[in-house]
Amino acid sequence: MVWDATTWEMLKTGIWETLFMTFASSAISYLIGIPLGIFLVVADADGIQPMPVLQKMLGVVINLLRSIPFIILLILLIPFTRAIVGTTLGAKAIVPPLVVAAAPYIARMVESSFREVDAGVIEAAQSMGATTWQIIWKVLLPEAKPSLFVGAAISITTILGYSAMAGFVGGGGLGTIAINYGYYRYQTDMMLVTVVLLVIIVQIIQESWMKVSKITDKRIR
Amino acid sequence: MEKQKQSPIIQLKGLGKQFKTSNGPVTALDDINLEINPGEIFGIIGLSGAGKSTLVRCINYLEVPTSGTVIFEGVSLAGKNDKPSLAERIVKILSGSAGQAVKNSQDIRRARRSMGMIFQQFNLLAQRNVLQNVCFPLELIGTNRKEAQKRAEELLKMVGLEDRMKAYPAQLSGGQKQRVAIARAMATNPKVLLCDEATSALDPNTTKQILGLLKQINREMGVTVIVITHEMSVIEAICDRVAIIDQSHIAEVGKVSDIFSNPKTPIGRQLILGDAAKKVALGTERQLRIIFDGRESSEPVISNLVLACKVPINIMHAETKDVGGKAMGHMLIQIPEDETEANRVINYLKTVKVAFEEVR
Repeated sequence: MVWDATTWEMLKTGIWETLFMTFASSAISYLIGIPLGIFLVVADADGIQPMPVLQKMLGVVINLLRSIPFIILLILLIPFTRAIVGTTLGAKAIVPPLVVAAAPYIARMVESSFREVDAGVIEAAQSMGATTWQIIWKVLLPEAKPSLFVGAAISITTILGYSAMAGFVGGGGLGTIAINYGYYRYQTDMMLVTVVLLVIIVQIIQESWMKVSKITDKRIR
Repeated sequence: MEKQKQSPIIQLKGLGKQFKTSNGPVTALDDINLEINPGEIFGIIGLSGAGKSTLVRCINYLEVPTSGTVIFEGVSLAGKNDKPSLAERIVKILSGSAGQAVKNSQDIRRARRSMGMIFQQFNLLAQRNVLQNVCFPLELIGTNRKEAQKRAEELLKMVGLEDRMKAYPAQLSGGQKQRVAIARAMATNPKVLLCDEATSALDPNTTKQILGLLKQINREMGVTVIVITHEMSVIEAICDRVAIIDQSHIAEVGKVSDIFSNPKTPIGRQLILGDAAKKVALGTERQLRIIFDGRESSEPVISNLVLACKVPINIMHAETKDVGGKAMGHMLIQIPEDETEANRVINYLKTVKVAFEEVR
């Protein structure tokens, strides 16, 4: 194949679309996932505001959504996507299914970060008369912050991996380029370039979030 | 000296706590009755698993007792259960939280603000520095930032950490962390300070300093201090009164000097006399335990006894301690098998009013 300006232009658009899909759906997924994760911890039978029935129900729903393969979810959600974004093609159309797949996953990641918070510290806050909201805002969230950042590094790179599957349903981004050119047209060099680009992006995201986690963690001397 | 009878600051009446486990219910506390007076340092001692940590958590309702009541300044903590609104009741039933709300109700939160608490593992917020940790309880009650900081600085000065205000807990030693925890617990001017094994993770020297600090706070700020521990030395060092808890029950309660000089229950003997309680059984001859309760310590009791009775005395074990400024202790002596000689010793001890008991 010929590597000309259009090829580079296409790759540039691919990178941009991949980043857009990843970060837009990560952001929305976190907006949904953090409250869900908090609820899973706080409302647990031995949590600070026990609501075991609701908590269990939410757990089942999350597990259900997480067990559907993403590629099936992409197709199942086509009507939903059309209703929200108005189209089922392009990078934008991949965001709703990505959010539906990622939000439950993030809820679980957030849950595990919150469970790492020392129970003794929560007890201490309770002994000072803290309300449930105060414990969430002033204890759980700040104390879990470094762990939440580590979780974000894992979640965002996973979402990026999911977004690459968008190519199968006419989405966008580097994954689509890899499938359309590398897979359908046997252009191995194009496949290689896109994969290398994806690797670099994953590296950058992973490392920078880990760094953020480390810088903000006051437990390190 | 008989103090005027004050009304207790904390009363526990028939307190019981059962935990439901997969192996059926486990009783952690059963029929606990205690009265704690304002301004005193009250110790609760027991072996691991006796229920002492559960007991202290029942006092501020971190654990909700399954029976009995906790009365703080004359008001029962469980008492006024504010009626939930219809909406709240529906939410409760739907969410399965019915019956659990009491754990964090408004009344209990208010009572908790009058009771500071410190812990074995300090439980500082790892992501906040020392100053922010001490400000934390003030933030919870909405004190404005400047005022909170001023108060926190005062408290940190009191505990001797004014030069570490910007340090994070990870940068502090155990003793320093407990000082921060004490400053934090005192920030809201509580009337009671609950100490749950507060010195158990510290070395002997640091323990001494922390105990000194607790005593200072008790004396200077008039705060009632409740100390939970498994170490007799902690009780000796600072407590006025002590309760011995064993197998979910209160075995003995009384002034530290009384309990020390004359423990009545097997668990009290085990905790106070330690190995000496066992050595008794080994003696083939008659043995007496002489009890020093502060008055006779200045006179040479044993020498006088030997000179007066003209009998050989064998000292098996001796332990004397300084408790609250008085010399306390006990001594195990062997006296002759011979009935008349033994009676002479016993009569002598009775006439000079040395407390003793015969042990076998």
